[in-house]
Amino acid sequence: MITKRVALGVLTLILLSLLIFLSVEALPGDLAQEILGQQATPEAVAAIRRDLGLDLPPHTRYVNWLGGMLQGDFGKSLALKRPIIDLIAPRLQNTLFLTLYTACIAVPLAILLGMMASLFRNSYFDRISNATALSAISMPEFFVGYILIYFLALSGYFPSMANITPSTPLFEKLYACFLPALTLTLVVTAHMMRMTRAAIINILALPYIEMAHLKGVRPSRIIFRHALPNALAPIVNVVALNMAYLITGVVIVEIVFVFPGLGQLMVDGVRFRDVPVVQASSLVFASAYVGLNLLADIISTATNPRLMRRK
Amino acid sequence: MSKKTNTAPLLNMRNVHIKGLSDEKWVDIINGVGLDLNRGEVLGLIGESGAGKSTLGLAAMGFCRDGCKITDGAIEFDGLDLLNQNRQQMRQLRGRRIAYVAQSAAASFNPAHRLIDQFCEAPLKHAVMGRAEAENYATSLYERMNLPDPDEFGLRYPHEVSGGQLQRAMTAMALSCRPDLIIFDEPTTALDVTTQIEVLAAIRDIVKQFNTAAIYISHDLAVVAQMADTIKVLLKGDEVEQATTVKMLKSPVEDYTKSLWAVRKYARAEQQPVASLQPVIEISNVTAGYSPRQDILENVSFVIHKRRTVAVVGESGSGKSTTARVITGLLKPRIGTVRFNGTPLPAGYQDRNRDQLRHVQMIYQMADTALNPKLRIRDLIARPAAMYLGLSGKALNERVRDLLRMIEMEPDQYIDRLPSELSGGQKQRIGIARAIAAEPGFIICDEVTSALDQLVAEGILKLLDRLQSELDLSYMFITHDLATVRAIADEVVVMKDGLVVEHGPKSEMFVPPHHPYTELLLGSVPEMDPKWLDRLLESRGVDNIGDAAIARMK
Repeated sequence: MITKRVALGVLTLILLSLLIFLSVEALPGDLAQEILGQQATPEAVAAIRRDLGLDLPPHTRYVNWLGGMLQGDFGKSLALKRPIIDLIAPRLQNTLFLTLYTACIAVPLAILLGMMASLFRNSYFDRISNATALSAISMPEFFVGYILIYFLALSGYFPSMANITPSTPLFEKLYACFLPALTLTLVVTAHMMRMTRAAIINILALPYIEMAHLKGVRPSRIIFRHALPNALAPIVNVVALNMAYLITGVVIVEIVFVFPGLGQLMVDGVRFRDVPVVQASSLVFASAYVGLNLLADIISTATNPRLMRRK
Repeated sequence: MSKKTNTAPLLNMRNVHIKGLSDEKWVDIINGVGLDLNRGEVLGLIGESGAGKSTLGLAAMGFCRDGCKITDGAIEFDGLDLLNQNRQQMRQLRGRRIAYVAQSAAASFNPAHRLIDQFCEAPLKHAVMGRAEAENYATSLYERMNLPDPDEFGLRYPHEVSGGQLQRAMTAMALSCRPDLIIFDEPTTALDVTTQIEVLAAIRDIVKQFNTAAIYISHDLAVVAQMADTIKVLLKGDEVEQATTVKMLKSPVEDYTKSLWAVRKYARAEQQPVASLQPVIEISNVTAGYSPRQDILENVSFVIHKRRTVAVVGESGSGKSTTARVITGLLKPRIGTVRFNGTPLPAGYQDRNRDQLRHVQMIYQMADTALNPKLRIRDLIARPAAMYLGLSGKALNERVRDLLRMIEMEPDQYIDRLPSELSGGQKQRIGIARAIAAEPGFIICDEVTSALDQLVAEGILKLLDRLQSELDLSYMFITHDLATVRAIADEVVVMKDGLVVEHGPKSEMFVPPHHPYTELLLGSVPEMDPKWLDRLLESRGVDNIGDAAIARMK
């Protein structure tokens, strides 16, 4: 069951890598021409093509590229003339740090709020938390970011710039990244909270919940012990989706807070037509997406006895 | 069984009124019903759906479902006024002193936890006993209820045990705190007859053993007759009458009660078998399954003649519905053919022509889900008439009105309604009209009456009977209810594990000797005699009923 799911995940990744490779391949223009610009003599172009291996047939190049990726060799950046791995590694580290930081605040908060909203549904608590979460998600990310900067950075509580490096000490990192993490929390919480609330409320209508009431079980225990385990699958999936979004989709927040993350690297890569960088970061993003969704599926399968223990 | 004492009754409900919210209006569900229940006494609550049986049963626990409220009356349990306890006090009672056994154990067990954990929850939370003691108690109850492998049984998850076992596990769970009162809410309605017996025997044994008081809710009189000392009949939230079981069965006073009793006696005359004629449907040597490795049906053959009803009986999983799927072409058989009036039908419905499709129609168990809720009655019935017979405009409209008259529903009143504006029986009638709109030669009726109340079901059976003689129809009647077989069938096919184990005219079916499985099936249908279960257990033995008896046949 789980093995099958993992195999499917790997297959998806291979297909994605092919897609990334082919779409870059399909871009108009010649890379060598692009690099040389004005000074492109036919000999120079041919030399560069040989240098980059562009004279090889596409399938050979694909295999070489993918094989290199698997061994950690991401190729060389055309614009910066440095190995891509050196560009990506610190950025990826930063992005993962911010994602994890945000997740540590947002996921428990969203699930707790969602459970409480379902426990006290249609109460003022439910309505206020819903309304707040929805207004937060309705505002553009940069706007949320600037508002936080206006209120929390201008008064000097937190820095508005989060330009950390891998060598920054942990506590300083946490302090510097507080505002971007808070911004992202506001962006992703609503989705997870509302899914938690909806999933649990759905389950609260089922006969086994009535049975728990008739056994004299406390309402809080009913939510935690009887409803939550059965609502886990949709919740875990929406959490994974939001985590993937935090890794791949936060370039605007990165720019607002001058945060050196992967998103900026990719945008720069696109701007300078640095094809290998774009390819490499696309593949990292794709792996994050596939990996997180895979993890979500595995968790929801592993926590469901009906799937784990078939008759 | 009842032991009258001079002390106050355990449960005393007086003039209880309960209202429910329906379309934003409060409507009466229970209009002033009262009851007394002494320790060790079993009260049967009888009534059709909507009579308020479950609502009253839950009220005995001081519990109301969402959208219900107790508006008047008094409920006293062992001297405690249940309507004036706070939530915590109520939680102290529920599960510990009053327990509940629900209709569907499969839906009422939490799928995420092991049976033993769910058993132990109430004793632990109510601090009645510790974990080890609770587990031991569970094992002893499982053993007492003839559950397989009592030591290991609790380690399983709900989906890993059969329906009858799960229902017994739920009864065991209700007993976990040794309650004074148990509410049994249709605990065997969803089970096959042979499984039902096991559960009935277990429940009765336990109730006697622990001297527990119980309210036994059911729509099945014969079942209640086995379980209850006293029977109370409810109709739309009103009490009709109450008497001891023996008296109630022998001489019911009210007309409504008498009508309930009479339903079980409906039976049409069996028609003589026709051997010489060409059968309408001929199923020959059909072997079929949903995966190529596993066959569900094995070498199934039988024929259905013109204007005859063949009842196909068997328990869930015996292959009844799969046979229907093969006939309709929804499932292609691996081996074998289906002939209609002598011509072989193509295996898949995609390959059948319009006329072949027209002649094989189906009526489903759940009229609720079989009718498109967004379409009006007019369109539901018009569609097959237009599609198969090419009717349109005025002719189509006339045809729809005719069909409505044939199913005894006034066209002007019903033609523009939505399915949601009809009762369960009326919806089933629309399902019938839709089937006969195609002017078929043959209709498969898949458990068409099992979701209906007895009086309504009787009406449907009579309607089907009348349509059969008017329209020269042949029926294949899939059912697990032998009373229905007795009422409508000409011939009976008994299926078990995908095999036809017995086949013959109805008159022969109900007379021995039988295949041992048929014998078990027939013997497991509860009778109105309150001593029936005692006699059965005596003659067969506790270990020779239900699954255990079936296992012995192999």
